[in-house]
Amino acid sequence: MNDDTVTVMSALPVVLLLTSLVPALLIFALREKQTVLRTTLNLAGAIAKVVLVIVLIPRVVAGEELRAEFTWIPGLDIVFVTDTFSLFFVALSAGLWLATTIYAVGYLEGSPNRSRFFGFFSLCVTATVGIALAGNLLTFLIFFELLTLVTYPLVAHRGTRAALRGARIYLAYTLGGGVALLLGVAWLTLEVGPVEFRAGGIPEVAEFAARDPLTATVIGAVLLLGVGVKAALFPLHGWLPIAMVAPAPVSALLHAVAVVKAGAFGIIRIVEDVFGLALFAELGMLQALAVVASVTIVYGSVRALAQDDLKKRLAYSTVSQVSYIALGAALLSPIATAGAIVHMVNQGFMKITLFFCAGLFAEELKLSKVSQLAGVGRRMPVTSAAFTIAALGMIGLPPFAGFISKWALGLGGLDAGQPWVIAVLLTSTVLNAAYFLPIIATIWTSPRSESEGSDEGTFPAPARRSGWEAPASLLLPAVATALFVILFGVAAGWDYSPWVLAQIVGEGAWP
Amino acid sequence: MSAAALVLVPVFLPLAVGALSAVLPRRAAATLTVIAAVATLMVAVLLGIAVLDAGPVRLEVAGWAPPVGILLAADGLSVVMIGLSAIAVLAATLVAAADDHFAGGHAFWPLVGAAAAAVNGVFVARDVFTAFVLLELLTIASVALVALGGTRSAAAALRYLFVAVTGSLFFLLAVALTYGHTGTVDLARAAERADDTVIVGAIIALTVVGMAAKTALFPLHSWLPVAHPAAPAAVSALLSALVIKASIVILWRIVEYFGPLTDLAAPLATAVGVAGAAAVLWGGVLALRRDRLKSIIAYSTVAQVGYMVLLVPLVFTASDPQVAWIGGILITLAHGVAKVAMFLAAGALATAAGTSRLDGLEGTISRMPWTVAAIGLAGVSLAGLPPTLGFVGKWMLVQASLDAGAWWWLALLLGGGLLTFAYTARMLRATFNPPGDFSGARELTRPARTVAIVPLALAALSVVLGLIPWLLIEVLSAAPMGGGA
Repeated sequence: MNDDTVTVMSALPVVLLLTSLVPALLIFALREKQTVLRTTLNLAGAIAKVVLVIVLIPRVVAGEELRAEFTWIPGLDIVFVTDTFSLFFVALSAGLWLATTIYAVGYLEGSPNRSRFFGFFSLCVTATVGIALAGNLLTFLIFFELLTLVTYPLVAHRGTRAALRGARIYLAYTLGGGVALLLGVAWLTLEVGPVEFRAGGIPEVAEFAARDPLTATVIGAVLLLGVGVKAALFPLHGWLPIAMVAPAPVSALLHAVAVVKAGAFGIIRIVEDVFGLALFAELGMLQALAVVASVTIVYGSVRALAQDDLKKRLAYSTVSQVSYIALGAALLSPIATAGAIVHMVNQGFMKITLFFCAGLFAEELKLSKVSQLAGVGRRMPVTSAAFTIAALGMIGLPPFAGFISKWALGLGGLDAGQPWVIAVLLTSTVLNAAYFLPIIATIWTSPRSESEGSDEGTFPAPARRSGWEAPASLLLPAVATALFVILFGVAAGWDYSPWVLAQIVGEGAWP
Repeated sequence: MSAAALVLVPVFLPLAVGALSAVLPRRAAATLTVIAAVATLMVAVLLGIAVLDAGPVRLEVAGWAPPVGILLAADGLSVVMIGLSAIAVLAATLVAAADDHFAGGHAFWPLVGAAAAAVNGVFVARDVFTAFVLLELLTIASVALVALGGTRSAAAALRYLFVAVTGSLFFLLAVALTYGHTGTVDLARAAERADDTVIVGAIIALTVVGMAAKTALFPLHSWLPVAHPAAPAAVSALLSALVIKASIVILWRIVEYFGPLTDLAAPLATAVGVAGAAAVLWGGVLALRRDRLKSIIAYSTVAQVGYMVLLVPLVFTASDPQVAWIGGILITLAHGVAKVAMFLAAGALATAAGTSRLDGLEGTISRMPWTVAAIGLAGVSLAGLPPTLGFVGKWMLVQASLDAGAWWWLALLLGGGLLTFAYTARMLRATFNPPGDFSGARELTRPARTVAIVPLALAALSVVLGLIPWLLIEVLSAAPMGGGA
């Protein structure tokens, strides 16, 4: 944090929460048929949030910090702040929420229980924004648990046996993580008082760790365990591939907008703004985190290779990719920190594009297996192009967003004197290529084996007159996020690009 | 004087209204009971302000000081418990007034009045004899309330009666010992005069056994999962949320006054904690294995009683006993609010679906989303998850356990919450639509609007209190427990 940071008491952090909380509560009260009103509320909330964030970014970058606080119990407050990192995360989830809302409106058109769905959908984003804006560990914990609870009905939304099973497993993992988090937060609060995040680490925590390094290490480990479940760190990742039974917009929410991101965000908060990188390294935890992250990166990729189900392959890919964030956070180098932070955005946009496309394939052509996708590029060229861009980004090819992440992490590894990181990144890149390139190849080659004669293959023709390959509300969000994947790579040097902002955020941790 | 006289209102107003209800037609009885509950709630607020202002509100009834007269006093604990009782009675009677199925018969109204008066009396009583008499009144009213469930509930009611009367006998022995040893039944005086640690230990032990029977603390719990579900839904709600709280409060009071006097208190407190731990696990596991809504919720009460007594060992070991006291009281309050919501919502679902079996509830989430939401939110509070009142209580008990270095209680607090949410999630899962049929399988008989709103309002109250609990905590800390009143 800069020394010239000015803290201003303001209601704006609360307004940021209300832009999704109010629509959520109103939507719950709507009747099923009030589609137009529901969509209006959804979009109004999502757009209001994005606009608010855009207005706030220059102010916060200039060193202003908005703060709102309420007494919870005597001596312990609920605190919201917009420091650079929190606003960064809010910006990410607000932007992706807008895209996902548009997509979800199209995706669920005509299906039942939409008031319930969109109500919880908005609550999910409220919880995520609460996590982002949380100024202390207590507030973080409250919204972290809230996120678990409000995601449950979304995963279970379809009510099928598989959906209910996925939701049950999701709940078991994440509530288990919540227990660890509660323990860690309560314990640290008992030892050092209210734990307010502070870039570079909290002095009281450092003093405590000097006094009692063993307890501090245990608390740190328990906290990481708590957030590690949502971040899908190996071996706590088991829920993620199972939860992919949820509708596509929910997968987007789980993988890009809210859940795993909240876990990754939590890891960075705990490492950098509670303990501080130096202290975490001193306690030996940074190295442990780096090892766990590296194992997860390789493990997720290896498991992804073997999946024929497209969404499952993407899910294991998330397991792997989110650990890049943890790896970056675990390296003692400013550029790695920035790499971790920027990868939150890059992974978010790439993975959401992939899930949007997977949903498009499933909705339009009822294709959910990689092996069925042969020739789909002709029938749905725009979707396939978006998928290709995001997948190439995932592999880390320039000029796409993923390249920036991998480049920064690699440099960070060298900078931190840990060249083995390069090996992990290279292994992962090869594996990424090994599970994404075949999909791309399948999509764009013709499916000629069984239907030699007919030029259009076996796919049903689009049922709409517009001539678009899919409904615009599904297609446009996918195209938009894919374009951002290119933009974030190409324009990484521009003012207010994620990479530049990530460096500003990361600097705070390096006083 | 005027503030002191308020202490009488929560006792005598419900009693008077109950007596009137016996002769009034149903509509008038319902209206009066609702008004009395609202008035009691307002009195609780006024008493809370008075306690914040100047500490405990004391009333020597008819101007006679103890040991001749009766002392009633409202401290923070009394105030919040009276508030809970007013809210529980208000919710149960609103629903019972809207749909007679929830009440079970006209006797509901006078019995609720008697039960509310007795419970509130226990909350303000400061001598063991008054507490005993009121507890007996409560037992009689509660047994009769269970019997409102019709002939099928007669056996359950009888079993409840036997256990409760046995519990009373133990407590009567404790009362007699107190009087014999100290020459007074007034708690504060008795605590001053008591000098024999063995006798004081015996008083505590007898109270523990007696109250364990009446509260259904493991292993004396087996009557509760039979009695509570047998009653009509509004009665189940009151029994679980309110009636067992009276015996809990008596146990707390005895620990508060006599606990510091004897070395035997600490091992007894540990025994209570162990029984509580067993209750949490046993109740939770059995709740997971039942397949009727009301039965699950009743076993959930068995489990939650374990949390309510957990403060007993903690106040002896934590460096700041107030944290343990307040945490335990808040968990008990949270249970009260959540359990009323849960039983009433379960009653609404069972009425609508025509069955209380889990496998008959498919599709109810689409047809009665607010009712299912009430069960879900109540379960969140019971499990001690944010942002509900249950979380505040759990947080403080976790702090107290960490502070005392009591890892076993800590593990119980953390693990028990998972168990609680597991059976809540099981109830929720049963309400989701069957595959392939999104509009709900069959027509449901939709209950009255009030029946849907009341449980949800209570569940929302859990959330509101979970986000702004500081006022409750201020009231509770205005008169520290163990500080005398």
